[in-house]
Amino acid sequence: MNAVIHEEHHHEGPPTGYKRWLYSTNHKDIGTMYLIFALVMLFLGGGMAMLIRAELYMPGLQIINPDLYNNLVTDHALIMVFGLVMPAAAGMANWMIPMMIGAPDMALPRMNNMSFWLLPAAAILLVLSLVVQFIPGTGVPVNTGWTLYPPLSVQVGLGMDLLIFSVHLLGISSIMASINIVTTILNMRAPGMPMMKMPLFVWSWFFTGLLLIIIMPVLAGGVTMLLFDRHFGTSFFDAAGGGDPVLFQHLFWFFGHPEVYVLLLPSIGVLGLVIPTFARKPLFGYKPLVYFMGFLFALGLVVWAHHQYTIGMSLGVTMYFMIGTILISIPVGLMIFNFIFTMWRGSMTFETPMLFAIAIILMFSFAGVTGVMLAVVPADLQYHDSYFVVAHFHYALIPGAVFGLYAGVFYWLPKWTGHMYDEKLGKIFFWWTTLSFNLTFFPQHFSGLAGMPRRIIDYNIQYIEFNQISSIGAFAFGLSHLLFLYIIIKTVKGGEKAPDKPWEGSQIGTPGLEWTLPSPPPFHSFSTPPEIK
Amino acid sequence: MLKPKAVLAALVSLLLFIFAGTAFADYQLNLPQPAAPLPQQIYDLHMLTTQIATIIMIVIIAVVVFAIFKFRKSKNYDADQNFHESAFGTWSWILVPIIVLAIDLTIAGSASDALHQIEDYSKKSDVTIKVIGSQWKWTYEYMDDDIRVVSNMLSEEEAGDDYLRAVDNPLVLPVNKRIRLLHTATDVIHAWWVPEIAYKKDAIPGYINETWTNITKEGTYRGQCAEICGTGHAYMPIVVEAVSQEKYEAWKAEKKLAMANALAEASADKTWTKDELMSKGEVIYNTNCAACHQVAGEGVPGVFPALAGSKIAIGDKAGHIDIVLNGTAGTAMSAWGTQLNDLEMAAVITYERNAWGNNTNDTVQPADIKSARK
Repeated sequence: MNAVIHEEHHHEGPPTGYKRWLYSTNHKDIGTMYLIFALVMLFLGGGMAMLIRAELYMPGLQIINPDLYNNLVTDHALIMVFGLVMPAAAGMANWMIPMMIGAPDMALPRMNNMSFWLLPAAAILLVLSLVVQFIPGTGVPVNTGWTLYPPLSVQVGLGMDLLIFSVHLLGISSIMASINIVTTILNMRAPGMPMMKMPLFVWSWFFTGLLLIIIMPVLAGGVTMLLFDRHFGTSFFDAAGGGDPVLFQHLFWFFGHPEVYVLLLPSIGVLGLVIPTFARKPLFGYKPLVYFMGFLFALGLVVWAHHQYTIGMSLGVTMYFMIGTILISIPVGLMIFNFIFTMWRGSMTFETPMLFAIAIILMFSFAGVTGVMLAVVPADLQYHDSYFVVAHFHYALIPGAVFGLYAGVFYWLPKWTGHMYDEKLGKIFFWWTTLSFNLTFFPQHFSGLAGMPRRIIDYNIQYIEFNQISSIGAFAFGLSHLLFLYIIIKTVKGGEKAPDKPWEGSQIGTPGLEWTLPSPPPFHSFSTPPEIK
Repeated sequence: MLKPKAVLAALVSLLLFIFAGTAFADYQLNLPQPAAPLPQQIYDLHMLTTQIATIIMIVIIAVVVFAIFKFRKSKNYDADQNFHESAFGTWSWILVPIIVLAIDLTIAGSASDALHQIEDYSKKSDVTIKVIGSQWKWTYEYMDDDIRVVSNMLSEEEAGDDYLRAVDNPLVLPVNKRIRLLHTATDVIHAWWVPEIAYKKDAIPGYINETWTNITKEGTYRGQCAEICGTGHAYMPIVVEAVSQEKYEAWKAEKKLAMANALAEASADKTWTKDELMSKGEVIYNTNCAACHQVAGEGVPGVFPALAGSKIAIGDKAGHIDIVLNGTAGTAMSAWGTQLNDLEMAAVITYERNAWGNNTNDTVQPADIKSARK
C-alpha cells in the first residue's frame, strides 16, 4: 500500500511566496487557507458573542445600543454559520477527501481556488455591513436577526444591501465548493474503493454537498427578491402590493433548515472516524449509517416550516410538518446508537478527539431530545422565539458542529503538520470548553421557559441569575479558545514527530487511505492511483 | 491520562454546583402555571415530553458511562473486531427506528389532540379582540364595543421591578368567557405572547391570525413581544388584567364614557390656547413619540431623526402635519392619523413646534388637522 507514494522526484515542490497561496490549486494549501479563514472568523464571531453576553450580564443598557446589539446578534449567527462552520468543514473536506479516496487532488482545482477566494471578499462585505452604521446617513443598521425577515429588513439601511451581496458571494462560493467535492467523490476514487467502502466523512460530505447545491440557490433567490423589494419597487414580500411577507420565511427556511444538516453532517462524518479509531474496532453499522444519512438528507429538505409554526398555517399543513420533524429523531437516533455501539466492546483510550466525540454524543443527544420537544407544535407555540430555542440550537450546533470540527482538528493535526499536539493541553482545552459551554447554555433553557424572549437587549430583573451564570460561562468559553489557538500554533511550529499512523496505529477500523501517507503528506499526495487490498 | 474517578468527581461537583445555585431559590425553572385550558393542555404536553426526554438522556448517559468504564484499553479490554458483524450488529438498525418511532407516535398522539383543540374555531366567542402590533406598542380593539386601548411600556421609574413587563393601559379581559384574539400588525412582524393564558401567534402586516383562550383565574398576566421587530423589540411588553364579568362591564362603561368625552372635546369647534395644547401635547409626545425621537427631541443619530431644530418641526406647518398624519413610507415613522384624534394631533404637533428650543410660537388647532385629513 505504501509503495506508490514515493515516486515524488519528478514533481516540483510548492511554489514560493504569495503565489503559492493566491494562485493555489493544491487541495492541501486551499484546505489550510479555509481552516485559517475559519479560525479568524471564529474569533470575530466569538468576539461578538462576548459583547452580547457582556451586555446581557446585567439588566439595563451598559455597553451597546439596541440597534448595534441586534446587528451583533445577526452577524454573530451569519459569521458562525458561513464563516466558521462551513469553511472549516470545507477545509477538512479539501484536505482529507482526496487523501482518503486516493485522488491526486480535487476534481476541479481552479474552481477550488475561486471558491475559497470568494470567501474573504464576502467576509469584507459582511464586516462592512456592520461598520457602515457608524457613517451618518446610512439608515438603520441590520437589526433583523440572521433570518432577515421582511418587512423589517426592508426598513434597514445600506447595511442590508451589503449583507445581501455578501450572502450572494457566500452562496456562490459554497455551491462551487460543493460541486467540486461531489464531483471528486464520484469520479476520483482510487480503483478498489467503491462508494460503500468510503470513510463516513466522505459520505457525510457527499450529502452535505448535494444539500448545498439544492438549497443555496433558493436563499440567493430569496435575498435577491428582498433586494428588489428594497430598491426596485417590487412587492414580493409586501402585502400592500399583493405580496406576502411569509413567502420570504418559506424561502429562507427551505434553505435554513437543511443548512442545519449542512453544519452537522461533516461533524457526524468526523465522529464516524474518531470513534472507531480510539475504540480500535470498525464502525458499528456502517451501511445503516450511510442509508440513514441519506434518509436524513431527504427528510431534512421537506420539514422547513417547523421554524414557522406561529405564522398561522392550516391544521393539515401543521400536522405534516410536525410529524415530519419528529421523524428526524429516527436517523439521528440511529446515528447516536451506532456510535455508542462502536464504543461497545472496544478497547478505548481517551485522547482529545475521543473526549470530544463522547461529549458530542451526550450533548448532541440532549439537543436531540429538546429538538423533539420543540417539534411538538402546541408546545412550540410556547417555546418559539424564547431562550429555550437559543439553548436548543446552541446545544445542536456547538457540540453537533463546532466540537465535531475540534475533534477533527485534533484528530488530523498530526497528519497535517507532522507534529503531535500537546495531549495535556488538548485535554485541558476539552474540559475547559465543555464545562464552560454547559454553564453558558444550560441555564438558558430555564430563562426561556420562564418567558424570556430571544434577541432582546434588556430583560426584566427576574431573569438576572440565569443570565449572569450564562455570561460567566460564556466568558470562560470564549477565553478557552485562546488556548485552542496556542495549541494549534504550537503544533504547527514543532513538537514530537508524528508517525504516519499516530496513537500506535489504532486506525484499524477506518477504511481511508490518508493513513498510508506520511505525516505530513507530500505536496502531491498520490501521483498514481494507490491500490487497495 | 485522566483518571476516571477524577472525571466522575468533577461531574458530580458540577451537578452539585448547579443544583446548589438553583434548587434552593424560588427561581422560575419551568413554564409558568397556566391560567387557561389550552395553556394547561400545552403545559401537560410539555411535561410529558420533558419526562420522555429526561428518561432518554438517563439511558444514553448510563450506557455511555458504562461503556467508558468497561471497554477501555487501560483495563486490557480487547476490542471485539467482529462485533459489528454479529447478529446484533447486522440487525440492530431495525431496532432503533422501531423504538424511536414508538416514542415519536406517543408524543405525536398527545400533540395532535392539543393541536385540534387549538385549531378549533367552531364555537362562538363572547369577546373578540383585535391585537395590533406596531413599532413599538400594542393596540387592542374591542370589536364588539368599539373600544380602543393603546398600550405603551412604562418607564423604569413607573414600573419598578416589573420594568419591561409593565404597560400604561393593560388589556382588560373577563374571566370564564371564550375570547377570540385576532392578531395583525401595522409595520413589521410582531408576536403576542402571554404564556399563562395565550400561546404565540405572529402578528403579520396584511394577515389576520386567530387564537382563542378562556381565562379561568383573575389576575395580572405579563408577557413580551416575541418576534424581533427592530430597535425597540425589548420594549414591547404585554399586560393582561383578567377580571370578573361585573368589573369588566364597569371598566367598559368607564372607558366608553372617557372615549366619548375625549371625542366630544376633540370635535368641539373650540380654539385652544397654546398652553393647553402644550401640556396635552407633552403627555402624548412622551407616550407615543419619545421611544424613538427621545424625550428631549434629540433622536438617535443615524437611526431616528432629531426633532429639536429639525427642518420639519420648525418649517412649514402643513409639511409637519402631513408627516405626522401620514407617516413616512419604508421607515419606522407610522401614520399617526389613524391612531390619534384631531385634538391629540394638534396638541402633539404644537408641542413639537415649541418644545426644546423649537420656538416657532405656532399653534396648530384641531380644525387644521381636520382640514388636512381631507
